[in-house]
Amino acid sequence: MSPHYSHMVILFVLKSVGTLLDLASPMIFAHIVDNVAPTKDVKTILLWGGLILVVAFISLQFNVIPNRMAVRIARDVTEKIRNDLFEKTLSLSGGQIDRLTLSSIESRLTADTYNIHEFLNNMMRMGIRTPIMLIGGIFVIWAQDGALTLALVGALPIMGAVVWKISGKGISMYADMQKTIDGMVRIVRENIVGVRVIKALSKTGYERERFDRDNSAVSDRETEAGVIMAMTNPAMNLLLNVGLVVIVIVGAFRVNDGLTKPGVIVAFLTYFTMFSSAMLWITRIFVSYSRGMASSERIKEIMDLPNEPEIWPAVRIKDKNAPRVEFKNVSFSYDKKKNNIENISFTIGKGETLGILGSTGSGKSALINLLMRFYDCDSGEIRVDGELVNAIAPEELYPKFGVAFQNDIIFAGGIAENIDFGRGLSMKRISEAALNAQATFIEDKPNGLNHRLAARGTNVSGGQKQRLIIARALASKPDILILDDSSSALDYTTDAALRRSIAKNYRETTLIIVAQRISSVMNADKIIALDDGKLVGYGTHRFLSENCEFYNEIYVSQMGGGESHQSSSL
Amino acid sequence: MRKPRKAKKTLFRLWTYICRYKWRVVAAIVISVTSNLFSLLGPLLLGKAIGVIGDAAGGVDFKAVVFYCALLAFFYVISSVMSYILSVMMIKLSQQMTKRMRKDIFDSVTELSVAFFDRHQAGDIISHISYDVDRVNASLSNDLVQIVSSLITVVGSFIMMLSISPPLVITYAATLPVSFLLARYMGKKVRPMFHERSVKLGELNGYAEEIIGGHKTIRAYRKENYFASLFKDKNRIAVDAHYIAEYNASFVGPCMMMINNAAMALISVFGSLFYIYGGLALEGLAAFILYSRKFSGPITEIANISSELQSALSAAERVFALIDEPREAADADKAQPLVTTGGEVDFTNVRFGYDDESPVIRNLNLNIPKGSLVAVAGPTGAGKTTIINLLMRFYDPQKGEIKIDGREIREVTRKSLRRGFAMILQDSWLFHGTVFENIAYGRADRGDVAMDEVVAAAKAAQIHNYINSLPDGYNTILSENGTNISQGQKQLISIARAMMSQADMLIFDEATSNVDTWTEKKIQSAMTRLMRGKDGGGKTCFVIAHRLSAIRDADIILVVKDGDIAERGAHKELIELGGVYAGLYKSQFS
Repeated sequence: MSPHYSHMVILFVLKSVGTLLDLASPMIFAHIVDNVAPTKDVKTILLWGGLILVVAFISLQFNVIPNRMAVRIARDVTEKIRNDLFEKTLSLSGGQIDRLTLSSIESRLTADTYNIHEFLNNMMRMGIRTPIMLIGGIFVIWAQDGALTLALVGALPIMGAVVWKISGKGISMYADMQKTIDGMVRIVRENIVGVRVIKALSKTGYERERFDRDNSAVSDRETEAGVIMAMTNPAMNLLLNVGLVVIVIVGAFRVNDGLTKPGVIVAFLTYFTMFSSAMLWITRIFVSYSRGMASSERIKEIMDLPNEPEIWPAVRIKDKNAPRVEFKNVSFSYDKKKNNIENISFTIGKGETLGILGSTGSGKSALINLLMRFYDCDSGEIRVDGELVNAIAPEELYPKFGVAFQNDIIFAGGIAENIDFGRGLSMKRISEAALNAQATFIEDKPNGLNHRLAARGTNVSGGQKQRLIIARALASKPDILILDDSSSALDYTTDAALRRSIAKNYRETTLIIVAQRISSVMNADKIIALDDGKLVGYGTHRFLSENCEFYNEIYVSQMGGGESHQSSSL
Repeated sequence: MRKPRKAKKTLFRLWTYICRYKWRVVAAIVISVTSNLFSLLGPLLLGKAIGVIGDAAGGVDFKAVVFYCALLAFFYVISSVMSYILSVMMIKLSQQMTKRMRKDIFDSVTELSVAFFDRHQAGDIISHISYDVDRVNASLSNDLVQIVSSLITVVGSFIMMLSISPPLVITYAATLPVSFLLARYMGKKVRPMFHERSVKLGELNGYAEEIIGGHKTIRAYRKENYFASLFKDKNRIAVDAHYIAEYNASFVGPCMMMINNAAMALISVFGSLFYIYGGLALEGLAAFILYSRKFSGPITEIANISSELQSALSAAERVFALIDEPREAADADKAQPLVTTGGEVDFTNVRFGYDDESPVIRNLNLNIPKGSLVAVAGPTGAGKTTIINLLMRFYDPQKGEIKIDGREIREVTRKSLRRGFAMILQDSWLFHGTVFENIAYGRADRGDVAMDEVVAAAKAAQIHNYINSLPDGYNTILSENGTNISQGQKQLISIARAMMSQADMLIFDEATSNVDTWTEKKIQSAMTRLMRGKDGGGKTCFVIAHRLSAIRDADIILVVKDGDIAERGAHKELIELGGVYAGLYKSQFS
């Protein structure tokens, strides 16, 4: 917010002047009625009429200019907050995002920043005007009778206390409301994402009930908050009016003592009318204040999350002969209760292929998460090119990898853009990668590499999507290529062609294939068989099929017993 | 979904929402009128109080002053209480309406076609239900009460002004057309801007959702900065749209104030002239000025909130546009519920493409006898999943007929058609809820599902042991999209869900691609038991799989290539044929 300070000072001054000019106008009218009209001098009257016009015009400028400044400052601040929040979100770990939930993050990015936007806007436009109106008004009437004004000034601390109390309550209620909105939005999201399943099971009625529940909860929360917040305006008006009554009584005493004239009390009345019309804004300002505060708490919650793991200080050794990837006695647990990976050790050299095989939930993906340092291991060492992954700066570590996950992202945009993924690769590189990833279907698209993909890739098939994602992984010619169960939607011919082309065109690249299918890994230089986080087999296909019972069982179940191919490949 | 529509139409639609609560509106207006009348009593009583104070020192009638002041205080309290009651009523009213509006949107969303969701961003749709409805709501609960309560003051003051000096009213009225034209002009000008603001915010929401969904990949490639900068561009567009709308709208309030002040200048000049040339007393002039201030005050305040009104109006337009989005075409007039007699499926001359230019299926002819296990194989992108989309009527073919047990599927109700299938998809879908709820979800009827049944389904899907190992067993809450468990486990849970359904036909679309082969075998045998065991007769099963081991036992294997059936037959026959299938099959061992 700091670069906006000078602008905000100017805005404040302009706005104050504009407001004070508005305050002055009743004085001019009073002057005309009391002093000018009785002179019956048409020229003077016209002059004063002209003066009102001039004042009105000046006051217009003093209102419009700061309003526009306010709109600009609010825009710039919101833009910054939103950008910062988005950047922070991208730096969060997968676990952190799971805990926050996607719909909550999404609503913080738009709905909550919007609330802040409105709050800033209202604060600068009305939040300045209302207090200035009140304070300026007090000064004006002070000039007429100080003692009487005290009655009004006495009401100010009470007003402050009421507002403070109400908006304090409002903040926590609006925070609750935003939380229930998250829940409601989540149901809407689920209904959009799961539309096929919901329609297939004819669960529309059930989903509507589920939505109705959350919809009502949102309404209830908002009603509760609104009912509290709505007290502001009547309370303020009551206090003002009670102040007025006190003024009349005190005034009566002062008139009795000959200290003031009843005309002064009448003048007070005029200003009170102005105050109470300014008070119309007070509820609105404090609703927007409370919502803004509740929203900024929610944004702060994300901004304050701990950052990704640090880089450990370590002596950097360049060892040309070090294996590309080395795991040494690595153990890791997501929840720090039960180990997901236990005491795993292996090495892979440059240009070698490693297959990781294991059943669902055996810890295959955890190995990849550790290698790519999405998490830090609990014990043991992981090295890439001889150096600890924890000691390599991310800018250096990540370009080594090319990775294709299961259910990876395709975003709305051209095919080339999706493969490039913001790395600024040449068209040649991109088309090469597409070719090597067997994404030949691109040729059939009317615009080739510039063919537009829909968000989530809904206009291509599952297998086509996977090939684009693999092309993305290949395009940077990475040192380490990870295919995390990413060929599951490919037919065997394509899968085999893919593996052949990688072996031929990416000789230096170390390939890590995580798979369920034995055929995807059986040609690997080394295969790791994982069972429940433990290494139950490590070696070549030939070695494992002879020595590892676990491996052999999978092999037989997948390739089928008694096939002629089985013996030939052994 | 994008086009701004007529403001009048939108207002009318909003009015129909308000009309559902017309008695409350009437009550609110009554309270508003009385509360305002009470507040009009204020100046009157004040005048009396000041009157009894008198002008002379020492001669104040304190008893009378206190009497009037007490009365005054009493009326002020009543007036405040009433205005509070009014606000609460309006808040509740607007909440009822927005709740209704959200319900209408959601109901509409649940009836849209699958194609709609394939084309639109989830985030953008969500933004309608959260942001746009909120705009309408804010305007209803705040602005409406302000407008209603201002009405009395405006009307009252106008009558007073008229009674003092009709010629001066005419003078004052001379500026009204200017105000009116300005308001109209600005309204026309800024409404599209507010519409744009809503649209851009929705797009930003959609973009954020899309990108955060790919967060892991972005981290893997260290492309946070690149995507952050793309986001910045979209954000800039969104905040600029907000800025442009507000920038132009913020002009309206002060402008109205300026016109008003000009009117006041006219009044003071002409009023003074009337006074000079007779016809108006000085007190009359003073009172007229006071009342004209009272008259114009609320009008300028409303002008100040005009930006909110405009933004609410354009948000309402967007809301109604989504509600009016064409739903999935209604069932045919004479649509009957589908009664399956085993599940014989016929495709006749079916042609289909997601867009008109590139057909995915060119001319499909296919007869599947009841009770068969049909496997669909073929290279990726050959249209295997499309067959399922057509069978379930997520999409309708452009040409040709699809029949189940002799009934054209467009002549039966969608609900009964879809319930005829248990479907397990490649992308398994879980919702935020317990494991139990996620599995029990597969039950078509709404009755309570017993734990035993869920456990039985989980056991059949080979996921029971895993569920038991979770901290809260079947009561473990799965996060949105089930991100806290692996892909394979997600698939097993959705398979357990499908086991709950008592459908007559079964669709497996790559459903076991993330499950290890061992588990897959067990699931298949469980599934086969389930499908065959019930009444002795078999039920039709469709299996789409790449792992040919999964489909080797199928009665008919259909090999789809370039939108047509290239080969059909049992495993043995196709291997002997030595065509596409044989090639695919061999490749897994090479």
